[in-house]
Amino acid sequence: MPQERIGVYVCHCGSNIAGTVDVEELTAWAGEALRHRGVVVARDYKFMCSSLGQDLIAKDIKEDALTRVVVAACSPHLHEATFRKACADAGMNPYLCELVSIREQVSWVHTDKAAATAKAKAVISGGVERVIHHAPLEPMSVPINPATLVVGGGIAGIQAAMEIADSGFHVYLVEREPSIGGHMAQFDKTFPTLDCAACILTPKMVSIGSHPHITLLTYSEVEQVDGYVGNFNVTVRKKASYVNSDLCTGCSVCEEKCPKSVIDPVFEAGLGYRKAIYRSFPQAVPKFPVIDADNCIYFDTGKCKACEIHCEAGAIDFEQEDQILELNVGNIILATGYDLFDARRETQYGYGRLANVFTSLEFERLTNAAGPTNGNIVLRDGETTPKSVGIIHCVGSRDRKFNNYCSVICCMQSLKFAHLVKERTGAEVFNFYIDMRTAYKEYDEFYQRVLSEGVHFIRGRVAEVTDVSNTPEEEDKLVIQIEDTRIGRQRRIPVDMVILSAALEPRHDSDEVAHQFGISCSVNGWFIEKHPKLDPVATMTEGIYIAGCAQGPKDIPSTVTQGAAAAARVLGRIQQKEMALEPIRAEVTEALCSGCRICNNLCPYTAIVFDEAKEVSVINAALCQGCGTCVAACPSNAISGTQFSNEQVMAQLHGLLMLNIMEPVVS
Amino acid sequence: MNENGKPKFGMYWASSCGGCEISVLNIGEHILTVDEVFDVVFWPVATDFKYEDVRGYPDGYIDLCLFNGAIRNSENEEMAHLLRQKSKVLVAFGSCAYEGCIPALANFTSREAIFQTVYLDSPSVDNPGRVIPQPVTAVPEGQLHIPEFYNTVKSLDQVVDVDYTIPGCPPEPHQIWAVLQVVVAALTQGAELPPKGSIIGAKETAVCDECLHPKSEKKIFRFYRPYEKVPEPGVCLLEQGIVCMGPATRGGCGALCPQVGMGCRGCYGPLGGVADQGARMLSAVASVIGVGEPEMDERMLEREFETVMDTLVDPAGTFYRFSMAHSLLKRAKIKD
Repeated sequence: MPQERIGVYVCHCGSNIAGTVDVEELTAWAGEALRHRGVVVARDYKFMCSSLGQDLIAKDIKEDALTRVVVAACSPHLHEATFRKACADAGMNPYLCELVSIREQVSWVHTDKAAATAKAKAVISGGVERVIHHAPLEPMSVPINPATLVVGGGIAGIQAAMEIADSGFHVYLVEREPSIGGHMAQFDKTFPTLDCAACILTPKMVSIGSHPHITLLTYSEVEQVDGYVGNFNVTVRKKASYVNSDLCTGCSVCEEKCPKSVIDPVFEAGLGYRKAIYRSFPQAVPKFPVIDADNCIYFDTGKCKACEIHCEAGAIDFEQEDQILELNVGNIILATGYDLFDARRETQYGYGRLANVFTSLEFERLTNAAGPTNGNIVLRDGETTPKSVGIIHCVGSRDRKFNNYCSVICCMQSLKFAHLVKERTGAEVFNFYIDMRTAYKEYDEFYQRVLSEGVHFIRGRVAEVTDVSNTPEEEDKLVIQIEDTRIGRQRRIPVDMVILSAALEPRHDSDEVAHQFGISCSVNGWFIEKHPKLDPVATMTEGIYIAGCAQGPKDIPSTVTQGAAAAARVLGRIQQKEMALEPIRAEVTEALCSGCRICNNLCPYTAIVFDEAKEVSVINAALCQGCGTCVAACPSNAISGTQFSNEQVMAQLHGLLMLNIMEPVVS
Repeated sequence: MNENGKPKFGMYWASSCGGCEISVLNIGEHILTVDEVFDVVFWPVATDFKYEDVRGYPDGYIDLCLFNGAIRNSENEEMAHLLRQKSKVLVAFGSCAYEGCIPALANFTSREAIFQTVYLDSPSVDNPGRVIPQPVTAVPEGQLHIPEFYNTVKSLDQVVDVDYTIPGCPPEPHQIWAVLQVVVAALTQGAELPPKGSIIGAKETAVCDECLHPKSEKKIFRFYRPYEKVPEPGVCLLEQGIVCMGPATRGGCGALCPQVGMGCRGCYGPLGGVADQGARMLSAVASVIGVGEPEMDERMLEREFETVMDTLVDPAGTFYRFSMAHSLLKRAKIKD
């Protein structure tokens, strides 16, 4: 092969690199010692990423007819795109430029200047050997279908769907429950402003239901996702509701007439009842009820049909079956929310055993004017107003037994509870906290307000909630045993009611959902964003975005922000109409593939399928993200990764070991 | 060519078991064609020629020399140089010459350790004088010389230039015959030989390509040694946890072993472009271990993973059974 003409550019990065690496010596060395490998020019410059630095490279490409460029500077994460673009502007294929890191991998991690300079030489030598084997690559372009799928109809999904639909693009909003609204619809007041959750949420829900650009698919679940960014094919199962929505007027007579009441474990958190034909709540969107076939007398015994008899519209259809819908969308936003920590697991707090221990979600329903007690805060007997209430923070959070993370909202939620109890019952309120976390706008002010209302704050981790009394004052009370760490003493606080501020946990099926959409979950089970700071709503899979609590615990403002942010990212994609994909991909050489199928279930992006007719594995180039897992696993060398071929990696190693310069040492 | 006008044929065994020679004879009645076409000038297992005869030949006298066996000692190496000099076409014949094969498993240990076991520690050894072979021994009549036993086994191409390689332990007779036909056609009808350096008498795809067991996605929960499990017929052996090197091994043998329920041993060596067959297979096998959940604690995952890997007895000997000398490892580093 004719020898390449390679330019080597060494960046000082101010003193970031030059302070620890002798950049002049390094540059001179690269020009001399690597000349026989094709290095025709080697330069150093204070800031290679500046426009002057880039011009230096561009000038050499034109005047010195360079065919390859190696830039020794910071991590490729930062400036690979910069230097590739500089090369492309000068007429060179951008993938013939290699960025090697002598900052993160050399100057920042060493102090000995001579040793660091020697290591930098090896790093450059590896880059030179590698770039010789680079091939010019062209980005692939895929058209973007302007329709979007939003999964989850909580406030995050609602916000995202509205933003996109208001911009004139179609949205399919899929929700598992019979109504959209999510957890927010269950709340009464929202912190710190104490405005009514329903008052601010239901107008948005109504807009979603009537929006010309939104197809609302409630009581539905995504079954399968195929395809890739710009062109996903999604299979959705719309569960039979046994109510014909074309005929139903939403009059709710069927609910009144249904003779079967069941405890509602979802919307009422087990505190209230609903019928076998039901809407989650009166303002449900859509307004159509569904029949819960497991609890319906007709489905059980073949008799009843009270709903059908009383439905004037004739909308009841016991023969209805699940519908399978095929959707084509270009982008997907996952806003699947959270599950509440099952407080039974924290056995010493007695939830499920001691009647007057409530979870935070139960308490939300208790305070809700539309809830089972019409907003009256009462004990489990349904009538007694508590005279003293204990609110325990961090139940299931910041606890190595369950979840090591902070659930973010519990402090503010517990303060809100304290305020509501005080306001509506005048009871004595005790908050048991480890640390008080009231960051963000007007949160700490709310804390101060609650402090001034005379709520007691006791710092420590509650050891136990018990109904065993030691003193007459404790009789018929729930006793909270705690070490008050501010006075260094054990205390027993008798109360009538205990509220457990339970942790937010990932949805129980978040792993399956993540796998279905080709994204990953963190160790704790939250969906992983592309970058925790700089790309918080994108994922490593192109075209899949995340928003709200599915990504991690957060409050309503942050959830709405993420919903809007994800929508903005999707709208940006849609406006591009087509999208260039990095050409760094894995490829199967069919002639070398023996069809052993080792690679088939390894791909984190489900890009590999087996072609039964040809008996070879095939990689979908648009799904592949070039991670290299299959390249390493293929025992036959039939899969090669562009830009990460075995040849390139071995050449880089050869260079790193300086085998290109010295004779190899043979034992 | 000489007097009788026939091309000259030679075959030699260095450090090997003799199976390669048997395999050549296993081409059946075609051996008569070989005799008809070639003039055999050196073949210790079949004809009585001495090293001195070979030394007397002019350079390039032998048209086709099949060299089997690894380079274990100085005699092997000396013969490799001699036959290179005297041959027009030198073929690394079989796994030992190609990549070290079973003899190169000794590269996991050292010469000293081998001598210790073989001449001193082995229960069947009676060596009261604790005699260990020496290259030079002084006796009253003068000095006795025997070949020097090397510390490291090498493949043929690590000591001399090799024109072609025929893989296999041993190469399959039908492949030998196919190669001989190509060579005969080249010598007698002027047909073209494959490019120098080619691996001949084998396929470009893995053993799996020829294996008739249907394959599906793989998840391995434990490994079985051949005696531990009666393979379920018609199911890919690797999917049953039986170590089968098929995916990482060059085909051409007809997938004989997996077809009868014995996992491929890997004797045809790595596929094109693979520098290290053992590492490739280890990486592939590790990719399909069936344990672990995404949210699992890393130490727990590691423990579960190790439990599975512990059922894989002697991974180095298993995955590098044939390819040790030619692998990236070449030999184990022995600490002093």
